[in-house]
Amino acid sequence: MATSELAVDRIRCDGSGLCAELLPELIQLDDWGYPMIAGGPVPKHLLPDARRAVAACPVLALALQRSQQAPR
Amino acid sequence: MRAARLFSGPELGAGAESFRDHRRRLGPAPAGSRNLIATLETSGLRGRGGGAFPVATKWRAVAKRSRGTAVVLANGAEGEPLSWKDRVLMAVRPHLVLDGAFMAASTVGATQVLLYLGEEHRAAAAAMSRALAERPEPERNIARLVASPNRYVAGEESAAVHFVNAGVATPTTVPPRPYERGVDGRATLVQNVESLAQVALAGRFGDEWYRSTGIDGQGTVLLSLSGAVAAPGVMEVEAGTTVGEAVAEAGGSSEPPRAVLLGGYFGTWIDASQAWAMPLETSRLKALGLSLGTGVVSILPDRACGVCETARMMQYLAGESAAQCGPCFFGLRALADACTGIAEGRSGPAELQRLQRWSSQVRGRGACRHPDGAVGFLQSALQVFWHEFQHHRAHGIQRVA
Repeated sequence: MATSELAVDRIRCDGSGLCAELLPELIQLDDWGYPMIAGGPVPKHLLPDARRAVAACPVLALALQRSQQAPR
Repeated sequence: MRAARLFSGPELGAGAESFRDHRRRLGPAPAGSRNLIATLETSGLRGRGGGAFPVATKWRAVAKRSRGTAVVLANGAEGEPLSWKDRVLMAVRPHLVLDGAFMAASTVGATQVLLYLGEEHRAAAAAMSRALAERPEPERNIARLVASPNRYVAGEESAAVHFVNAGVATPTTVPPRPYERGVDGRATLVQNVESLAQVALAGRFGDEWYRSTGIDGQGTVLLSLSGAVAAPGVMEVEAGTTVGEAVAEAGGSSEPPRAVLLGGYFGTWIDASQAWAMPLETSRLKALGLSLGTGVVSILPDRACGVCETARMMQYLAGESAAQCGPCFFGLRALADACTGIAEGRSGPAELQRLQRWSSQVRGRGACRHPDGAVGFLQSALQVFWHEFQHHRAHGIQRVA
């Protein structure tokens, strides 16, 4: 089954911190307010919160994407 | 041991070798072909721009996506402050670089060749420009020089492509990588100029010839030697030459060494006693958790202070952040200022914990590898100069070089 993981576009991200408010289980802020994301697939029960966090990002820097295949 | 492949031919002091002399000495460059990729693969040639990525793999990836419209970007930006080898190579053997670039173009199916080199590296630019004017018209028509800004990240491959496309030499979010979508959206081969010069020889003389010298058949490498050596400068050596042998070739140590910086500002400090026997070859170093980077070998003398030197370099790296990604921009600034605080005796060992915490927060969190390189360098400094970092107040700032 396909799994999803969170990815942040580091250049777009400006550290609003909303994602960490909405999904503290997987996202913490560093000392400067930028998100540190727990790697790996998002557990099923957290998917609704993850989608909310993605939607809340004011600069569209956060994305929920299909777990990456090994790069070729 | 010193070797002469890229630097064989006339005295280096004589300046750029002309196209006529180059052709007379080496014969015509073979046309690019699939066979060339196979030759590069069996030779084991890896990129010389710092990443040590297998050249054949990169060429194949571009060829596959090219549809006859790819771009070759010969990367001679050389933003690394301790590296000179690319500009020296271009200044004395421009036609080796051009041979490699045009062989790459015909192999991957490129219709454009960009010679990307530092705007301040005037001798190299002049030599490349003159050399290009000597080439046959079909080559001249598809190639041009691009002056890269004098910034550390300008040579990062997505930054090089970004500069050509938009005039801004900052890294972009990858994927897409340049080999997928680069200059004008076309598949783009970004290859360091030393790598291309190696191709010019391996393509002529074959993989067996390539593998006939150097440890594990890895040919020769260009080094930039600096610091406490009698004769600093650029040197071609057999792959696997040890740090100690390279220093001996450069006239020996000019004073007792304390540590060796291997690979450049993104590299690693190594205690001199351990570094001396280390073989300068990518795979051998990788097995030790090290990298040859761009071939920088810089010797810190015993009288200099590793803490102050590290603080100075961290300030440089923080200043060279492209300021696009928060963790890099703020994190490297914080790390650099903390190092400077220790160096200047304003803060004590408690600051060391913060260095560790911030290092782990910054690593892997940029669009490019700039923060990772800086943090890796800092970690090596903390290891090699641990005692000095802990007791820096004791010997104070009077030892700043």
